[in-house]
Amino acid sequence: MREPHATGDFCIRTPGRRIVIIGNGISGITCARHIRKRDSEAHITIISGETEHFFSRTALMYIFMGHMTYAHTKPYEDWFWEKNRLHLVHDWVTSINFEQKELQLQQQEPLTYDILILALGSKPNKFDWPGQGLQGVQGLYSYQDLQMMNDNTANCQHAVVVGGGLIGVEMTEMLLSRNIPVAFLVREEGFWRSILPKEESDLVMRHLREHHVDLRLNTELKEIRDDGTGRVSAVVTTAGEEISCQFVGLAVGVQPNIDLVRNTELVVNRGILVDQHFATNIPNVFAIGDCAEYRVPVPQRQSIEQVWYTGRMHGETLAHSLTHQPVKYNPGPWFNSAKFFDIEYQTYGMVPNRWKQPVDSFYWEHADGIIAFRAVFNGEDKRLHGVNGLGLRLRHEFFDQALRENWTVEQVLVKLDQANFDPEFSDRHHREMLQAYNEQFGTNLEPEKKEKKGLLSYFWR
Amino acid sequence: MKAIQKLGLGIFLLALLLFNALLFMGQFRLTEAQLQESVKQEHVEVLRQELQPMLGETYSSSFSFATDFNRLLDNYNEEQQRSQQWDRVIWDDYAFALARVASQGFVENNKLLLLFLTIIVGAAGALLYILPQYRGEPAGVKNNGVMFSSNKSRGVVGITIGVYLTAIYVLLYWYPEYIVNWALLVDPLSYTLSGGPASQWFLYGTIYTLAILVMGVRMFRKYKGNNYQLLRTASVMFFQLSFAFLIPEILVVLNLPWYDLKNIWPLDYDFFFEYSVASMLGSGSAGLFLFIWGILLIIVAVPLFTYFYGKRWYCSWVCGCGGLAETAGDPYRHLSDKSLKAWKVERWMVYPILVIITVITLLTIANYFTEFALLKQSTDMLHQWYGFLIGAAFAGVVGVGFYPLMGNRVWCRFGCPLAAYIGIVQRYKSRFRITTNGGQCISCGNCSTYCEMGIDVRWYAQRGQNIVRASCVGCGICASVCPRGVLKLENGPEQGRITDIPFLTGNESIKVLN
Repeated sequence: MREPHATGDFCIRTPGRRIVIIGNGISGITCARHIRKRDSEAHITIISGETEHFFSRTALMYIFMGHMTYAHTKPYEDWFWEKNRLHLVHDWVTSINFEQKELQLQQQEPLTYDILILALGSKPNKFDWPGQGLQGVQGLYSYQDLQMMNDNTANCQHAVVVGGGLIGVEMTEMLLSRNIPVAFLVREEGFWRSILPKEESDLVMRHLREHHVDLRLNTELKEIRDDGTGRVSAVVTTAGEEISCQFVGLAVGVQPNIDLVRNTELVVNRGILVDQHFATNIPNVFAIGDCAEYRVPVPQRQSIEQVWYTGRMHGETLAHSLTHQPVKYNPGPWFNSAKFFDIEYQTYGMVPNRWKQPVDSFYWEHADGIIAFRAVFNGEDKRLHGVNGLGLRLRHEFFDQALRENWTVEQVLVKLDQANFDPEFSDRHHREMLQAYNEQFGTNLEPEKKEKKGLLSYFWR
Repeated sequence: MKAIQKLGLGIFLLALLLFNALLFMGQFRLTEAQLQESVKQEHVEVLRQELQPMLGETYSSSFSFATDFNRLLDNYNEEQQRSQQWDRVIWDDYAFALARVASQGFVENNKLLLLFLTIIVGAAGALLYILPQYRGEPAGVKNNGVMFSSNKSRGVVGITIGVYLTAIYVLLYWYPEYIVNWALLVDPLSYTLSGGPASQWFLYGTIYTLAILVMGVRMFRKYKGNNYQLLRTASVMFFQLSFAFLIPEILVVLNLPWYDLKNIWPLDYDFFFEYSVASMLGSGSAGLFLFIWGILLIIVAVPLFTYFYGKRWYCSWVCGCGGLAETAGDPYRHLSDKSLKAWKVERWMVYPILVIITVITLLTIANYFTEFALLKQSTDMLHQWYGFLIGAAFAGVVGVGFYPLMGNRVWCRFGCPLAAYIGIVQRYKSRFRITTNGGQCISCGNCSTYCEMGIDVRWYAQRGQNIVRASCVGCGICASVCPRGVLKLENGPEQGRITDIPFLTGNESIKVLN
């Protein structure tokens, strides 16, 4: 597909323009905040039926586990919105009239707009399994899903979670926090193998088993059985095994939540098709976040990015285009993070799950088996492609610079001490890692010394 | 919960029950001879007359004894006041001392046994409950169910504990005669350490220290695998046991003033008051050393250590108030108010208190050097009011009593003038900051939720900004509970410490900044 030519002025810029954002997730809210920073006159309206106020979707699991209440997950206090004249409408949009620039709402009066920003988010995938509509079977994405999960697990003796990815492991942790045993069905031969290399996947699986997760690898869901009252009683795997349960968590990915705009003049594929300015085929209508699909993906990136961080960047970028000058979406080096029970995961740059020549990899794992570091690089010129960290914290700015400036893996490894972001007094591993690299690649690298500037250094200098 | 933990909890609760029941036990009988020994010479005659109805009487509890005593003394004092005989009013507080000497019977005769059955068995029960916690579980964040807990979420249990703690502080500060039996319990310990009988303050110190030690062990369990938390907890346990509890008693044995070597003015608000200075300077060269030490802490240690390490060197590593907050108060840390309004209230409270105690101290010193020509004895009144409102009511009753209601750092955040002073240094001249890791924040809110100082940590983290706040005590819990490794407590160059980046790391779409 060819990218439509970007115009210098691709949206209405009259003062007092009415900007309506559908969706109060991280993309929509970031966009609204950044528009307000630069345009004090625009009328900004944010519509959401899910919750009245913005909350952190990534924190849903912590509400279930009792680490936080819903109120704690709101990044801004309730007065913030009125103070910044961000008008909130707590309602569902039922249809959009792109011709009249008008939105129909479920409860309230229709709204008109000059600029429409669609930040509709995702919804859980379902693959037409028999019994997927039964009570006690659900995905986890929205606040309503969380409430449903709370109800569905009230009298649950045993649960099954389907899908070896991030939401799957979160649901598993949530259920175990309430002492509900979980069988975790993973289609691949290892946890999150579509993303993680084997060693990382193995490390995480060891940790899951330590938490008493009943991991079922190479296992797919065939059907979900009824207990006769419309509730789930068991699942059957493709191998024919029946696992009795009162709750099934479906965590087999998410898809853009675009039922609202399907079969309209808005052009969609899996998501709402946008150019590099997040402009759709209809002037003054934009789409950002999980629901947007790039006509031409950014090199090395998916055409749909369903990550907190990319959603936030979409919001920042579009707001800049709407208020300052149109800029193309140009994310820097990829980064992401997750947490698997107690093991934190950070990644910078591109680490594939499998690779072949000339790509090479250096992997180090701590003797305890819960800390690991991988660097993937070009085996010929040693240029770093990306790193994975498990059980250790790495400095974003360090790797952002290393990747932008095309550092070699060796440049990175000798400076790794500076990349350390673990809490003070944590065990340091950079020497051990460098030694492992030296042994593996026949080099003789020494760690770069950093000048210490504490109080004590004044004494022995 | 494992069986052994249930047993431990049961033992602890039984010990607590007995401890409280003690207040209603024992007998009190005041004799003339005891009265003569316990009160000032000039009061003996008056009191013998006024207390005649109760002399030789046997009371079945400290309550009836104290009630009678207070009634008789009040009658006498009121009469004198009515007839304007101000010099004859007895201002001295004899109730506790007389209840002590008058005590006899069960508690008096079984101090050691009861000390064992209440405080020692209670602590052992608590440890039985605490030690098996998280055994066999991997290290990690242990906050499951905090928001569902009645104790930790202002439920019935939490409110009950709050009321109980508040009541204890009220008794301790203003009605110690009612808790004389508790002081008797720790007599054996007090005699061993300093050779003297236990005051209510020795009782308080003992329980306070024990609370830090036992709940410190709980911290070791809860934060296993996190060296920063383990070291920090070990540090407050050490400073409480040695500096705050043992060393002052040893100083007393050496005929020096009771002095907590890590307590710094203006938290130690009476450091410069006449009686403190007199007692230090009247104790020879060692006393002079204590005086100079105290001044060096204020003018050298605070700025120097705060510059290099931030406020945490004191507030969450050394301080006794901080020590209790970080151990016994840890279960309540999330109850602090994170709202912007609370921050405003904080600033309008803590800095004025610093100003007030500074002014009072300066007036006291000026008065002293003008040989009381400046204000006569009226600084005494200022001292009393400050001691009552800030030293007792705020730091004690609200500061600890309200743990289960307002969180564990209410005093440190809204009241402590030393925290205000250190905070100003930390904010404007320090290498300490909490670094935010680029664009990795997911705004989940765990950091803000578990910040005991009520700092909205997420507000900064989600903007990619470092956290530089006067109130931050550097407990490091925000970094511990962060699920994405976004926060790190660091000492580093002052340059680049305070950051304000318009767009988060990772987005290169926008080249033109500002």
